[in-house]
Amino acid sequence: MPKLIKHFSHLVLPVSVMTLLIIINLIKGADYFRITMVNGAFYGNIPNILFGASELVILSIGMTLVTAASRGQDISIGVSATITSAVFVQYVLQAGEVTLLTIVVGFLLSCVIGLLLGAFNGTLVSVFKVQPMVASLILFTGGRSIAFMIDGKLSPILANDISNQIGTVIPGVPIQTPIILTVVFIALVAVLFKTTNLRLYVETVGINPNAARLNGINPKKIIFLTFLIMGICTAVAGFIAVNKAGRHDSVNLLKLIMMDAILAVAIGGNSLIGGKFSITGAIIGAYTIEMLNRTLLRLEIEPATIKVFKAVFIIILMVLSSPVVRVFMKKALDRFRSWRLSISQPKENALSTTNIAEKKEE
Amino acid sequence: MKKALGVLMILVILGSGVLFAAGQKESGLIKVGIVNLPPEESGYRQANVEDMNNVFSVANGYDAKQTNTLDNSEQIAAAKGYIRDGVDYLLISAANASGWDDTLKSAKDAGIQVILFDRAIDTNESNYQAAILSDMAYEGEKAVEWVLSLGLDKINLILIRGQMGSAAEIGRSAAVLDAAKAGKLNIVADGTGGDSWSLEEARKVVEAAIAAGKDFNVIYAQNDGMAQGAVQALQAAGISHGKGGKVKIIGFDFNRFALRNVQAGYWDADMQCNPRQAAEISKWIKSGKMPSGVVYQEELLLTTETISDELIAKWGINADPGKGVITR
Repeated sequence: MPKLIKHFSHLVLPVSVMTLLIIINLIKGADYFRITMVNGAFYGNIPNILFGASELVILSIGMTLVTAASRGQDISIGVSATITSAVFVQYVLQAGEVTLLTIVVGFLLSCVIGLLLGAFNGTLVSVFKVQPMVASLILFTGGRSIAFMIDGKLSPILANDISNQIGTVIPGVPIQTPIILTVVFIALVAVLFKTTNLRLYVETVGINPNAARLNGINPKKIIFLTFLIMGICTAVAGFIAVNKAGRHDSVNLLKLIMMDAILAVAIGGNSLIGGKFSITGAIIGAYTIEMLNRTLLRLEIEPATIKVFKAVFIIILMVLSSPVVRVFMKKALDRFRSWRLSISQPKENALSTTNIAEKKEE
Repeated sequence: MKKALGVLMILVILGSGVLFAAGQKESGLIKVGIVNLPPEESGYRQANVEDMNNVFSVANGYDAKQTNTLDNSEQIAAAKGYIRDGVDYLLISAANASGWDDTLKSAKDAGIQVILFDRAIDTNESNYQAAILSDMAYEGEKAVEWVLSLGLDKINLILIRGQMGSAAEIGRSAAVLDAAKAGKLNIVADGTGGDSWSLEEARKVVEAAIAAGKDFNVIYAQNDGMAQGAVQALQAAGISHGKGGKVKIIGFDFNRFALRNVQAGYWDADMQCNPRQAAEISKWIKSGKMPSGVVYQEELLLTTETISDELIAKWGINADPGKGVITR
């Protein structure tokens, strides 16, 4: 048991944050976990959270890897996803008749674009030693204009049935398709880490690139590889996002999602300056952020102040579940225990002394 | 060799200078300088920029130059450049409402007529000739008037605002808030799509209202994307909407996909925000009847009854999915 606890100790932060949110939600209304069937699919708060967070979860996985290896963040993820999905939409639209094959080929094409964008950022970071945030600033600044051009200066509509089913539910399947796609993606990532030494290499490079190099690991290659994985993540996230939206809005698609992705990495208990990492933590972190966004709506906070409340909530949650507070709580608990002991013991002493006194009187 | 190259380069530069100067001959065209925001800002702006290019063309007798940037200081620099070039008219849609006083005064001193379009500038009215704007408050009033005319027993409305504090959000919210204060309708949920007028955020607002068990029959979304997100939430929850449905949907901006949704009865109405000021301005210039002060544009509200293919083609903005195609 203690071994198990130690194994999951890195998850204490994200899980405790999520637990706090669940408690708040349950106080607001006990029906929080209720799930009903609507049109043959599960419906309720939890399915909504899983549905809403799918892109964020996928991008957080990529962000965790990039952060761990390159000791910096990629801020171009939302923009990259916009470009890859623009290519996907253009491919599907020019195909005329939309079949499953069209969608699959379009998706693979957008993955190739994702890899190219990842390679662009990765080359800047690994070969030219540009800081990740600065390197990805290039795409962040110019990327939406590129997507706008690919779109033909309009926001094209993706109104075919298959896209609609990918964005909502497939008839006969009780779970919304984006949730399924996210689970499949997480499973693939898990397989990747089980079957390769990627985790070890990434952590080694993140902790000390020079030591990694002396041990025969090429830091450049590993950092480049994490950006390639990020490229795939953006392509998948873009694919889900555009099918959900039903049209490609190059201006607003996944805007500012990198902030939430970085936050998810941090809530997941990961250091933002690289090294050891936990993808599980980041995934829980991503779902926690989605839960937080919806909690604020559930508490009916005024739209003008909702962003402030989000910031305050995050600070409170992070502080409450930070290691410092944890150590403090542990100490306080210890002190409380010893205080209780010290209360019960003097009583016995006092009792015995009176006994002695009584005896003396006798 | 190097010297020869240097001489050659100087010759080329001089030569191109001469060619450039030759190209600037008097041509009898009306010179217009347009300072605008970039088309990738929004679907509205895309239509706006395209409209400016179409109307102020050589074929229509204009020699127009357009600068598109989101940066206010770049816009001011561009405007000063046009003033130096000696344009006849200067058209401005400002990124930021303040900081324009000196530029506008120097244009006035140079005898250039300044016309503001789409966005107002915080300055004395004497500093510009005319301004042609969308009246956001008017849009809101018209939309609320439609909501009140629906003949519902009790109006329980979900308000989904745009970017908080933007002119469009303030104008379009004001009418709803006033009507609520007067007891004409009841706002059951008040949310925002955030700074990006986000479809996802709007969806979450409606999902939260459904989860809280609220009873509502009107969704008032301040742009088309957010109306789309709201409808997605209704679809997932199995709540009927649109023509003959329980919840009435109104969006803003006249995107063609939104108008097609209204036409198909998937939504109920859409309120226009007209980006095509160019034709009106051109009419002023050509006729010589230049108004002064602020002029508001006429704007339409289309419902499932009043919508038609011609109106969609004429007034819609952005890509057209085609007749009968619903954008979910």
